[in-house]
Amino acid sequence: MTANWRGVRAIYAFELARFGRTVWTSLALPVITTALYFVVFGSAIGGRMSEVGGVPYGAFIVPGLMMLTMFTESISNASFGIYMPKWTGTIYEMLSAPLSPLETVLAYVGAAATKSVIIGSIIFATAHLFVDVQVAHPLLMVGFMLLMAVTFCLFGFIIGIWAQSFEQLQVIPMLVIYPLTFLGGAFYSLDMLPAAWRAVTLFNPVVYLISGFRWTFFGKGDVGIEVSMAAVALFFALCLGVIFWMFRTGYRLKN
Amino acid sequence: MTAVLEISGLGKTYKSGHVALSDVDLSINKGEIFALLGPNGAGKTTLISIVCGIVTASAGRVTVAGHDHARDYRAARTMIGLVPQELHTDAFETVLATVSFSRGLFGKPRDPAFIEQLLRDLSLWDKRGSKIMELSGGMKRRVMIAKALSHEPEILFLDEPTAGVDVELRRDMWQMVHGLRERGVTIILTTHYIEEAEEMADRVGVISKGRLILVEEKHALIKKLGRKTLTLNLAEPIAAVPAELADWKLALAGDGHELVYEFDSQAEATGVPSLLRRMTDIGIAFKDLHTKQSSLEDIFVGLVHETKGEAA
Repeated sequence: MTANWRGVRAIYAFELARFGRTVWTSLALPVITTALYFVVFGSAIGGRMSEVGGVPYGAFIVPGLMMLTMFTESISNASFGIYMPKWTGTIYEMLSAPLSPLETVLAYVGAAATKSVIIGSIIFATAHLFVDVQVAHPLLMVGFMLLMAVTFCLFGFIIGIWAQSFEQLQVIPMLVIYPLTFLGGAFYSLDMLPAAWRAVTLFNPVVYLISGFRWTFFGKGDVGIEVSMAAVALFFALCLGVIFWMFRTGYRLKN
Repeated sequence: MTAVLEISGLGKTYKSGHVALSDVDLSINKGEIFALLGPNGAGKTTLISIVCGIVTASAGRVTVAGHDHARDYRAARTMIGLVPQELHTDAFETVLATVSFSRGLFGKPRDPAFIEQLLRDLSLWDKRGSKIMELSGGMKRRVMIAKALSHEPEILFLDEPTAGVDVELRRDMWQMVHGLRERGVTIILTTHYIEEAEEMADRVGVISKGRLILVEEKHALIKKLGRKTLTLNLAEPIAAVPAELADWKLALAGDGHELVYEFDSQAEATGVPSLLRRMTDIGIAFKDLHTKQSSLEDIFVGLVHETKGEAA
């Protein structure tokens, strides 16, 4: 039999409708966050800092800010999307539906990634109100944003399947991803760090992701764009692999 | 009759080591109503969950109209609708949205007219715009049924459909089941209410401790395993069963006003005429008598006790 596109569409629309119910908070949150960061980092602190590698500080933090919010949003939306049916028990219907694992992932991750990209775009637009940002490689930038959204939504999907409580659902995005992103050069360049710390920071995988995204804006990053792309591809493959294994074994989905 | 669902050698051992099902063979005919009876924890829900794809079997094979339910799962699952025992619903969704969602999930094209008729049949049409969280338990149960029927399944599983359901909904449900059967839908229901099986089913399977211990056409089962009891209302109460009547293993009831004789209605010699003759001989008079065929419930309790006895 052929693919169940209607089933994919049903879940995708269901998930978007779920976001739609909280559309104002979902939209207000990134706008307010961005505004706050620009007031604090851009104006208060940024005024005392000149440029980072030839880029005004206000513009410099835009890619990092987008990534920071998109990472956490992607993870929380995608993990919540699959965790809720597990929690309420409605997952019985999804498991009994004629839907392949790939289709299931496509629907849930596609919906969460859609929301992330919308939020990322809103931050980008809001940033324009405060600073002048030029994007050196617009196509690459869009491509990178899509890929990051999908990858982190895959990661969130894994967490949603793994989590057995609301606390576990929160723990990875808040205690792992947020700090790693913050320390991953979202708001500074690695050049600004002492040599020893710079070496330590290079173990943080998020550094390569943010650096790559910043490269698409300004044509330079902390590491080469090739290294960043390889890191993204690796993370993407890793997430896909884990999800494949989860569906194969029925890990925390089926008894 | 053609089999629409075939289960062979099915077994399930959970990670904890608990054996929920072992070596179950079952063949369900197209268009029949099959009742799976068993006490709580017997494995009824596990069996259904495996067929529907919610639980992975440890052993055995399931085919739905010839489609292997693991390898050819799309074809198999498209044919099946499931109403689980628990009320699992999306609290914030409206009735119409959640039922339409289910149809899409199973890959069927939108059909507002069909959904409207379905909701009307289940007395849900007036509530179509209500959020599920606003509905009563009985209404939620109806929503679950509507979801299961939204994609026009050929096989419907009802897991404990009338547990905790009021009389009206139970009657509606029985009516609905009969209506579906007339349209050729095969129905498999689990229950521990014997009257439900007795009222609705064509065939009955009894499951106990993960084993399917009996599958039988309902009337044949009652007839085959049916014990009859003869109750004699005595003219004068007696203190004890007279020694002359010891052969019949009678019981005294109703403060000495009743003699109760249990016999096998299928046996060549039931012992009834000889008992009556002997009573007349020894001068015990009776005013009235009646016989009663044992119900499915008596049979069921007897069977389950038997297997428990073996296991102990």
